[in-house]
Amino acid sequence: MKKFTLVLLAGLLVLALTGSALAVEPIKIGLNLEMTGAVAAYGQMGYEGLQLIQELVKPEVLGRPVQLVLMDNKSDKAEAAIVADRLIEKEKVVAIIGTMTSSALLSAGAEGEKYKVPMIGPSTTNPLVTQGKKYVFRACFIDPFQGKIAAKFAYDQLKARRAAILVDVAQDYCVGLGKFFEDEFKRLGGRVVAKQFIKTGDQDFSAQLTAIKNANPDILYIPNYYTEIALAARQARALGIKAPILSGDGADAPELVQIGGDAVEGLMHTAFWHEKAAMTPLGKKYVEAYRKKYGKEPNAFGALAADSYLIILDAIKRAKSADPTKIRDAIEATKNLEVVTGTVTIENGDAIKPVVIRKVVNGKFEYLATVNP
Amino acid sequence: MTLETLVQQLMNGISLGSLYALIAIGYTMVYGILRLINFAHGDVFMVGAYTAFYLVSFFLLPWWAVVPLTLLAAALLGMFIDRVAYRPLRQEPRISALITAVGVSFFLETLGIVVLGARPKGFTEYIPGLFARVYDLAGIKIPGVAVWVPLLSLACLGLLLYIIYNTKVGMAMRAVATDIETVRLMGVNVDRIISYTFALGSALAAAGGIMWAFKFWQIQPLMGIYPGWKAFTAAVVGGIGNITGAMLGGFIIGLAEIMAVAFFPDFSGYRDAFVFAILIAFLLVKPTGILGESLKEKV
Repeated sequence: MKKFTLVLLAGLLVLALTGSALAVEPIKIGLNLEMTGAVAAYGQMGYEGLQLIQELVKPEVLGRPVQLVLMDNKSDKAEAAIVADRLIEKEKVVAIIGTMTSSALLSAGAEGEKYKVPMIGPSTTNPLVTQGKKYVFRACFIDPFQGKIAAKFAYDQLKARRAAILVDVAQDYCVGLGKFFEDEFKRLGGRVVAKQFIKTGDQDFSAQLTAIKNANPDILYIPNYYTEIALAARQARALGIKAPILSGDGADAPELVQIGGDAVEGLMHTAFWHEKAAMTPLGKKYVEAYRKKYGKEPNAFGALAADSYLIILDAIKRAKSADPTKIRDAIEATKNLEVVTGTVTIENGDAIKPVVIRKVVNGKFEYLATVNP
Repeated sequence: MTLETLVQQLMNGISLGSLYALIAIGYTMVYGILRLINFAHGDVFMVGAYTAFYLVSFFLLPWWAVVPLTLLAAALLGMFIDRVAYRPLRQEPRISALITAVGVSFFLETLGIVVLGARPKGFTEYIPGLFARVYDLAGIKIPGVAVWVPLLSLACLGLLLYIIYNTKVGMAMRAVATDIETVRLMGVNVDRIISYTFALGSALAAAGGIMWAFKFWQIQPLMGIYPGWKAFTAAVVGGIGNITGAMLGGFIIGLAEIMAVAFFPDFSGYRDAFVFAILIAFLLVKPTGILGESLKEKV
């Protein structure tokens, strides 16, 4: 009996050894995502999109399997750089997807430059993220464009002339977007009657909103992240502010409606994508599979993370190599690639994509319009 | 600034301050009796909010049943934390217990993220109408929570003062605060009295957690951090260890925070910095706070 066990073990050992020798080394792509912390919804939605796209598109390139290595950056700027470092140094990834937020990628991007490993931020819209960087890309539009569209929409469509802005000063994204909106709104002839500041993680905005109410605006622009938008909307309505609320791509999370309830009803925001605007065959397939797999409506953050994955896979294919610098060059040359949210072309590290305007109706994000660049 | 705006801002301040006060009285009570800054207080506050959330959303219990059950659960948690984390260190230097308190705090936060998920949960649809309603008083908007939380905080304060000064357990608590060793020699079960202290403090934290959820409609595992610090600041400003002082400190901190934004709108992003500047100023100038007495070193 004992002998038999021994033989069996030896056999297994041999099998395991040859097995590992035969298996091809996988190509690793790092995921630097906000899985916990203030904006956990973005990272988790992104990860859902990535898992789904791996099922839809065969996760294999150059005859080698593609492996995703997930690490949580806790929605923290400093942590994001540490995660990037560990993914590159320890996990030996050839490219990184993430982070989802601009501030985090501004700090993590330096690691990409240092080690010459390309990074793609699915939803990092602040222009500074890719500026002057060789290895940092994004899969979305940039805030000067988004802010301009928002201001135009407020001025032309909503006939707003007196805007109040509530900005989260802890986020480069919010500060930037608020400023681009303000500049364009003023250029069009509108007035910014109040500008107030909050900080990620704050929950009480009553003082800031009372000051805004006092200025009597006819539009309230809140270019922040979903929790802060929902809380601000609730408190604004409780204080009797009746002006419509306009926001940016940060609003796109189910938490907005869960926390905001009636207060976010009618809220409008500029966004990356709406599943109704999913034109490509892959996009349609993604939307259908997403509903089936997760039992809920798809969102832009998951779709953009999937886009980033497809961009990297395509780049590896064209580069015919898993060498990070060669992948970087191939990403730079991405042209009319079919991805989930449409077709993508990379220019100066940025993706050229349209802005979608959406509105919350009966607790759901409804599609209003698409504005092309 | 119009008069209406000023009154509205005062209301905002009282509304926020009463919540800080509710959290601070539990914080300061434990300190007053044990000389231990229980950093896990803010996290018990979080556990309380989540307990209430699951009781009302998953078990579909009515609020009159949810509140006592939540307070009971938090009290048991408080006693449990004391038993496993603080009691073994009772004879050690005070700094050991302080570090352990920080550890317990981190433990509860990360456990919350793993078990409950990092994304916030909306409380919106479960808030009782009394608290969700907004009263309109000649243009001044007063949310229901702003009416009931101050009253609740005062009631808790009254109850706590009654327990401490008029019951046998309270007498034992005061005795423990004076000299643990002597009290032990007198035949009092010191560990049980300390256990009661934690139970009471934790129940108050949970009450604060429920009220916080009523005011801000959402809960998440790290929700206790900032309110915990603010309540700690309130306790120091009021005189740490002094329950009435903590109440006062809570209102002062809440009002200071709101008024800083009201009068200096350009610096509204710095309101937390303003609060913690008050903390530093008090620690430098009057470390015993407004109502605190100077500590006599025990021999």
